[in-house]
Amino acid sequence: MTSFNEFVIRFANVNGSGSASANGMFAKALFRMGIPVTTRNIFPSNIQGLPTWFEVRASSREYFGRRDKVDIMVAMNAETYKEDVNRLESGGYLIYDSTRGRPRELYRDDVHEIGIPITKLILSEFSDPKQRQLFKNIVYVGSLSALLDMEFDVLTSMVASQYRGKDKLIQPNIRALELGRNYVLKYLPCPMEIQVKRADLVGDRILVDGNEAAALGAIYGGATLCAWYPITPSTSVADTFEKHASRLRVDPKTKKKNFAIIQAEDELSAIGMVIGAGWNGARAFTATSGPGISLMNEFLGLAYFAEVPAVVFDVQRAGPSTGMPTRTQQSDLLSVAFASHGDTKHPILLPATPKECFDFAADAFDLAERIQSPVIVMTDLELGMNQTLSDPFQWDDSRQYDRGKVLDFEDLEQIERYGRYVDVDGDGIGYRTLPGTHPSKGSFFTRGSSRNEWAVYTEDAQSYINNMDRLNKKWETIRSLMPSSEVEHRNGRAGIIYFGTTTTPMNESLGLLDENGITLNSLRIRSYPFGPEVAEFIDAHEKIFLVEQNRDAQMKSLLSFDLGIDPKKFVSILYYGGFSISADYIVDEVTEHYVVNKLPRLREVES
Amino acid sequence: MTFVPKPKARHPLLKTNEIGLTRRDYEAIVSTLCAGCGHDSVSAAVIQACHELSIPPHQFAKVSGIGCSSKTPSYFLGNAHGFNSVHGRMPSIATGAYLANKELKYIGISGDGDSASIGLGQFAHIIRRKVDMCYIVDNNGTYGLTKGQFSATNDRGSTSKRGVPNLYAPIDLVSLAIQLGASFVARSFSGDKQQLIPLIKAAVLHKGFAFIDVISPCVMFNNHEGSTKSYTHVRNHTEPVIDASLIMPRDEITVEYEEGTTISVPMHDGSELQLRKLSDSYEPNDRVSALTYVQQAQEEGEIATGLLFLEEDAVNCHDILGTSDTPFNGLEQESLCPGVEKLEQINDSLR
Repeated sequence: MTSFNEFVIRFANVNGSGSASANGMFAKALFRMGIPVTTRNIFPSNIQGLPTWFEVRASSREYFGRRDKVDIMVAMNAETYKEDVNRLESGGYLIYDSTRGRPRELYRDDVHEIGIPITKLILSEFSDPKQRQLFKNIVYVGSLSALLDMEFDVLTSMVASQYRGKDKLIQPNIRALELGRNYVLKYLPCPMEIQVKRADLVGDRILVDGNEAAALGAIYGGATLCAWYPITPSTSVADTFEKHASRLRVDPKTKKKNFAIIQAEDELSAIGMVIGAGWNGARAFTATSGPGISLMNEFLGLAYFAEVPAVVFDVQRAGPSTGMPTRTQQSDLLSVAFASHGDTKHPILLPATPKECFDFAADAFDLAERIQSPVIVMTDLELGMNQTLSDPFQWDDSRQYDRGKVLDFEDLEQIERYGRYVDVDGDGIGYRTLPGTHPSKGSFFTRGSSRNEWAVYTEDAQSYINNMDRLNKKWETIRSLMPSSEVEHRNGRAGIIYFGTTTTPMNESLGLLDENGITLNSLRIRSYPFGPEVAEFIDAHEKIFLVEQNRDAQMKSLLSFDLGIDPKKFVSILYYGGFSISADYIVDEVTEHYVVNKLPRLREVES
Repeated sequence: MTFVPKPKARHPLLKTNEIGLTRRDYEAIVSTLCAGCGHDSVSAAVIQACHELSIPPHQFAKVSGIGCSSKTPSYFLGNAHGFNSVHGRMPSIATGAYLANKELKYIGISGDGDSASIGLGQFAHIIRRKVDMCYIVDNNGTYGLTKGQFSATNDRGSTSKRGVPNLYAPIDLVSLAIQLGASFVARSFSGDKQQLIPLIKAAVLHKGFAFIDVISPCVMFNNHEGSTKSYTHVRNHTEPVIDASLIMPRDEITVEYEEGTTISVPMHDGSELQLRKLSDSYEPNDRVSALTYVQQAQEEGEIATGLLFLEEDAVNCHDILGTSDTPFNGLEQESLCPGVEKLEQINDSLR
């Protein structure tokens, strides 16, 4: 039976072979045919020569989670060929380069095998060794266009626009596409039973990754300084900030820049610069990953205690220490929430889509200045580095930056005595002044050591306690400013809580569970500290499944810490293999819980 | 006790500077350092220098790390903002603050533990980035607050208070600063304010990274016989090689030096820095020669002091980055936010 616009295709390549742009072009072509798509790049911590995979999931139902098995495998890497063949669903399609023979034991009877003599086709057509290498990737894209019944002119127009200005590259690329396409049309049964057809399911949406979205959010949020240290998977936040700022933030007349990027000597220095700039009234951020957060701990404690705004993007990767730098996880949660020694805690924003990366990035700068404290936006490799279908970015030109409580010269003239940490408004947040504001009023000493509300150094116990209690009062103000959770009631008796990229497969998981008679109400956490709706949701259900991508159920600890909830209330579903959690995994874990505990399913209760 | 404000009473004969302020206007709370601490002399020199420069105190921002030295910004320029940050990390705070507002004068105070040990990396990199500031190290060769451990600037063989010799080679911050591209490098002694005050004035006016290593003896833990950072040792072993004096626009030039021994450097505010060579073989505009001289003196157990290296018309970090004339912290939203129309174009490019 022919299926349309519903499949997972995986490309198995060698990294450094130029496959990324061909695979990206394939995904974009589907998107331009109006089909919802997401991509997933699975790559090694290496520059050249190791296996890399690229997955595209097309789904008219918008099921975008990772699947363990795939429907189509383009097996271009001999080294991983066996593993790749085994990953195919029964009845799936194996596309391989048939120029050379394959070992007998690698044949599978239950899949369609489609051999295309890719190398041979290339050798007869191209003489340049570099082109011979690169165009192998273009040839299989051309073949796929026929096998999947794609609109060929979508591909050719993409080539034309991609190489505009380098026109002599257009023709050879199109020729390579045609080579693959024509061979398949001539010699193989085509199209396959898995096909695509033009749809109108994308609307005005865009295809983008979370890191670029966050960088754009930082530009729109008014960031002027990006201080950073290169680390996978966060690097493209700084790279794309530079790319867009170089266009959007340069004075057309003077050519001078309204931004600066400093590649620091390490993450300590990067966060130090951000804090120095924040103290002096400029919006600044850094982007990093877990190991960088570890190095930033001391400074984050200073910024919390000395009350200096700062924005940090933590694009999480897998593992303690170096771990798996090119894999994804949500395992920095606790280390970020409590980054630094002493009684320190930080608010966290947890976007789940590129659009939300943009929004939360821009919001983070308002928030950091409003609360005079670091704000950490936590994404992960899955969201940060993979292009996925997203709502378009939006901005309201009437929106004004919230620069928080900062006194200027005139304000200071009106004040009899200025005290940096006096809680004038009762929200736990004092008034800042910036260096250079007034000749005789408003100066104060910023320090990480204890002081009274007039910013005067003291080791007096009561002054210390008063200050810490005020910071806790501020914490409640912060709670009221954070974006609230997304709650969906489906008439279930149990609830499921998730956040960040655990959201991606949830749509599919909830659908599959529902088919199995397990209907769950859901809550997506978008920030920490948690709003009242989180406690209400938990209270309203007998059982709460809590899905996270780490070993130690860190969100469970955080919920218990912040809301005083008995951890026994939660059934944790934990995945920490470094790939993004799949819908199947969630469905299996939830279902198993019902089976093992002999719990009645909703349908059984009703009947 | 936490802090003691200085009495506001003003002596009628206190001299005012060009902007009508007295020295008192450049002071702050009373120091809590030990009596006789060299660092207090450095603070006094900073006060004197800033007063003589007639720059309003609130136009300075003071930054420091952790340690005895880093406490001292509390004790000068009370009307300026200060930031006592994290051990060894003042350079990054200074860099960020300077990037946010290029119009203030930045004075960084650090110590030998702060800059030569825990913060050596940041010290090196702020020099590379050419942050426009005056960076002073109060160098006493010891960890005072933790009761007298050796620091990395302590000379090999110099002894602790208990007579134990230091076994490791010292890090010379002056040599590092010259080698890494600082455009103004000086060394002085906290006990020699005649030398120190003009150096601080010139360092503040210098457009670029100005570094002053001030040997500043610790009276509690490193001022005994056998220490190479004691008052006595430093007095007996300093070798001034350049005498710097700053001639303000209003000053009359009263001293005439022998031709060929004086170098005159115009400063950006119209004043003039006069350098008088005290040693024939010294070329303060030549990085290699300056480095060689400093290291040779060190080999001989002597401490070369004065303005040891100067690069005129140095570029600074903002020049390198090509940033806007308006400081970042003064840019309005319309200069920062590209607006909805541009965002629509970006959305289109992602379709």
